Amino acid sequence: MSGFTPDRVRDRWATSQMILGVAFFLLTAAFFRAQVLGFQDYRLQSEKNRLRQVPLMAPRGAILDRNERIIADNEPGYTVKLFSPSVDSMRAVLARFRSVAPLDSAEVETIVRRFEGAKYQPALVISGAKFEVVSRLEEHRYLLPGLVIQTEPRRIYRSRAAVAHLVGYVAEVTEDELVKDRYSGARMGSLVGRDGLEQQYDSVLRGVDGVRYTEVDARGRMVREEVSSPSLAPIAGNVIKTTIDLGVQEFVDSMWSAALPGTKGALVAMTPDGQILALYSAPTFDPNLFIGGIESNAWNALNTDPAKPLLNRAIRGTYPPASPFKLATAVMALRKGVVTFDSHMPEPCRGGFQYGNRYFHCWKKEGHGSLDLTGAIAASCDVYFYQLGLRLGLPSLLEDGTTLGFGDRSGVDLGSEQRPSYPENTEYFNRRYGARGWSNAATLNLAIGQGENSQSLMNMMRFYAALAGDGTVGPPYLVKARAAAKPRSLGLTPTQILGLRMAMVKVVEHGTAAASGGKELNVAGKTGTAQNATGKNHGWFIGYAPADHPKIVVGAIMESLGGHGGAYVAPYVVQVIRRYLAAMDPSLAKAKVKVPILEDSVAAPTVIPGDTGRP
Amino acid sequence: MRREGLDRALILVVILLTGFGILMVYSAGQTDVPTLARGAWMRQLAWVGLGVISAAIVFRVNFRLLEWAAPGLYTLGLLLLVVVLLVGTGAGSAAHSKSWLSVGGVRIGQPVELAKLGTILLLARYLSSLRDPPSTLRALLMPGLIAGVPLLLVMAQPDLGSAIVFLGILFSMLFWAGVAPRLLLLLASPAVSLLLAADTRWWGAWMFLLFVLLVIWRAYVAEGVLIYIVNAAMGVLAIIIWNRMKPYQQQRLITFIRPESDPIRSGYQAIQSKVAIGSGGLFGSGLLNGPQKRLAFLPEQYTDFIFAVLGEELGFAGVVVALGLFLALFLIILRIARRATDPFSSLVVFGVLGLFFTHLFENVGMTINVMPITGIPLPFFSYGGSFVLAASLAIGLVLRVAWDSRQSGYADV
Repeated sequence: MSGFTPDRVRDRWATSQMILGVAFFLLTAAFFRAQVLGFQDYRLQSEKNRLRQVPLMAPRGAILDRNERIIADNEPGYTVKLFSPSVDSMRAVLARFRSVAPLDSAEVETIVRRFEGAKYQPALVISGAKFEVVSRLEEHRYLLPGLVIQTEPRRIYRSRAAVAHLVGYVAEVTEDELVKDRYSGARMGSLVGRDGLEQQYDSVLRGVDGVRYTEVDARGRMVREEVSSPSLAPIAGNVIKTTIDLGVQEFVDSMWSAALPGTKGALVAMTPDGQILALYSAPTFDPNLFIGGIESNAWNALNTDPAKPLLNRAIRGTYPPASPFKLATAVMALRKGVVTFDSHMPEPCRGGFQYGNRYFHCWKKEGHGSLDLTGAIAASCDVYFYQLGLRLGLPSLLEDGTTLGFGDRSGVDLGSEQRPSYPENTEYFNRRYGARGWSNAATLNLAIGQGENSQSLMNMMRFYAALAGDGTVGPPYLVKARAAAKPRSLGLTPTQILGLRMAMVKVVEHGTAAASGGKELNVAGKTGTAQNATGKNHGWFIGYAPADHPKIVVGAIMESLGGHGGAYVAPYVVQVIRRYLAAMDPSLAKAKVKVPILEDSVAAPTVIPGDTGRP
Repeated sequence: MRREGLDRALILVVILLTGFGILMVYSAGQTDVPTLARGAWMRQLAWVGLGVISAAIVFRVNFRLLEWAAPGLYTLGLLLLVVVLLVGTGAGSAAHSKSWLSVGGVRIGQPVELAKLGTILLLARYLSSLRDPPSTLRALLMPGLIAGVPLLLVMAQPDLGSAIVFLGILFSMLFWAGVAPRLLLLLASPAVSLLLAADTRWWGAWMFLLFVLLVIWRAYVAEGVLIYIVNAAMGVLAIIIWNRMKPYQQQRLITFIRPESDPIRSGYQAIQSKVAIGSGGLFGSGLLNGPQKRLAFLPEQYTDFIFAVLGEELGFAGVVVALGLFLALFLIILRIARRATDPFSSLVVFGVLGLFFTHLFENVGMTINVMPITGIPLPFFSYGGSFVLAASLAIGLVLRVAWDSRQSGYADV
């Protein structure tokens, strides 16, 4: 064949060599581009392929009481998570998962949503799983590719329901909260504080989650842990020390659940300088229910309960302040200088007071006669305070009341405190009723703590703490006072404060001639019965002791008590006072307590006999 | 005396490549998750043993006998391809195509590998029998038919990769037979037209260029018109062919152009393969240690994508060594083709070169995304009995040609 002459073959041989050279050069260049120039990018992709981040939950800081007793801490718990390459395979594995451990379809949807939110991380399936569940899952691991079981710290509140409203609880952060960056540093699956101290001090308590890298195969199954990539150790949250006295807190809970089952209300105990010793709201709930995700029927039960156990009545409930507010009227009158302790009002009490075309009753039908301020405070005489209010005048009553803080939150270091309602000025009445729609009679109502006035227990406590102390008090606090909240001053001289205190215990001293032998504990305080538009009357009692040198202020509100009102509440407050003081001075455990229980039910001061059994 | 007639360089390179290949098949089986590849290297070793024996047998066959038997072997290959179309089964990387011949449920091989050798032999016989190299399109009709029939049969399986190999064999052997490159270009022009039909502007530009080339090369008017019409028809046909393609074939073409368009299914292989190679860097993650391979991210890691394992574990250095060995092999085969005693032997050797080169370029190009994913084996590396045997037979043929030429005094200078 003519094509195979030596020179033609040599030509084609040379051409072939050239073609081979070019082809190999191109291939080598392609590899050079990928392996040498693109190395970093592909290396990263390869890592992303095979390494999955497993977040390591940081242990949350403990919450301690003032004596370093533990209110909240952690115990080891199991967390079950799943890796998956795709949503479909996640669903398939979850379907098998359900044959091993219970999961309802709503939970499955939640898990799939978590997975879609962070595909390269394992999705949380169960947090705080029980040991039996974990061991069943381990047995069926071959069915469940991508299964990760971690031991993770699990929150525990050993005082259970006693501290529910105080500490709140923790729960997984929601997508909405993440979008709004409500909790800075929180990520999908992070546990954040809800309610109470857990929420208020979340940023202190939470700590920083760590990361561990786990190698997975192409089907998302875990192959081995902690490969070459370093893992990031979690940083534990900080411990917070509170002003709470856990002994008192638990005492309140056991007292309430034993003696007052079904009674709704709240109790707050604090020192005169605003350190909260106990904060309790009834009915309560077990915050441990929320740990690891609350079961839906438990959640529904809590939410639909008409008694609203989730409501913190100490800061969220507002009530007409009733008689305890008379002290506020007295403070306003004294600082304005319109009365002294000896001042009598023009009209003596004959069981009522005619104002315009209306007749305003005193709670005591027989009347108190002519009283000075001291006597009127001791007897809680309505007629005297009607006239005192008129002497102050409505604008002054509103302005000074606002200055004393009745229009503002107490500023306690807890979230979602309800703002009390107290009119700032007469404009309020004009707006609400029209310029001619109201009369000066509003003055009379306000002067005795009724009318357009609604206070939370915490805010009233702040006022009484000032009375029990030196006349000035900052916001109440559990950990530390809010820097932004200014201290409030009553604007009285020490002598005037002393006079008010004396007035509050005067009846007691008069009523009980000789508290024969033994030690005595004088409690100064004020009962109150607040009308309830929707049911039976609410009862108040706010008191402090020892009356001459107060160490503790305790106040309580109980809802829908009916006739007895404040007189019913007082003995429980006294028990708490005694429990606290007896811890410091055991002799007080058996002391006779003198406490002014007035108004509606018992006119005379009542002497509560000393406790015999309990310390 | 006989030992001296053996091409030692060829044997050395083939041994190195085969050893390298078995090492990679072994490594491909070392995964953290069980895969089919686990014991493959031992089976591959057995196939290589069988391959050595067959190569030795072929080495002893006189080329005149082969020349005589070429039509028979070719026909046998075609027959098997037809049989496979009727009763074939899919397996491995070609699970959805009828490429395997099974007897009683046992897969005994992929006849296409035999058909490739048969086609080389028959083309060599036909071309060497001509007085002058084909210089017209009409003269190219016969070789086109010889390669075209098996090509269409494998397209029907469907096996696009092997179809391309038949084209590679045809064009390389026509070139070696002395067909003018411009004629080859004109012959290839319908395929170019087919590819460019996807974009009207490119296609228009190509048609213009073709017209200019036809004028410059002064082709026969009839042939020029014919080529021009065929090219135009291809532009139209492309649409029809596209519409008649199986969805997975369409997907493969799309994936070739944009692998990211479907990262989970068809783009998956392309992406994972390139990630494996790219993450290998200069020196790789070390033999047996490629994470992409170990964790089964790499598909078909012991057959079609074995070169990605090499790239991941041995890095650019390993790739250069492997490609260097291939280049050496090809240059040796090219030298043997040049020094062959007669046109038939020379054409057979060059056909083998075309076969290996097409396989290499397509397979390696696919792992690094410069060629579409077609699923054909990499010579000496990919696991698979049929191709090991075919490659061994081919090497046996080349060795024989080298021996013959040395016997006739064409020794190294």
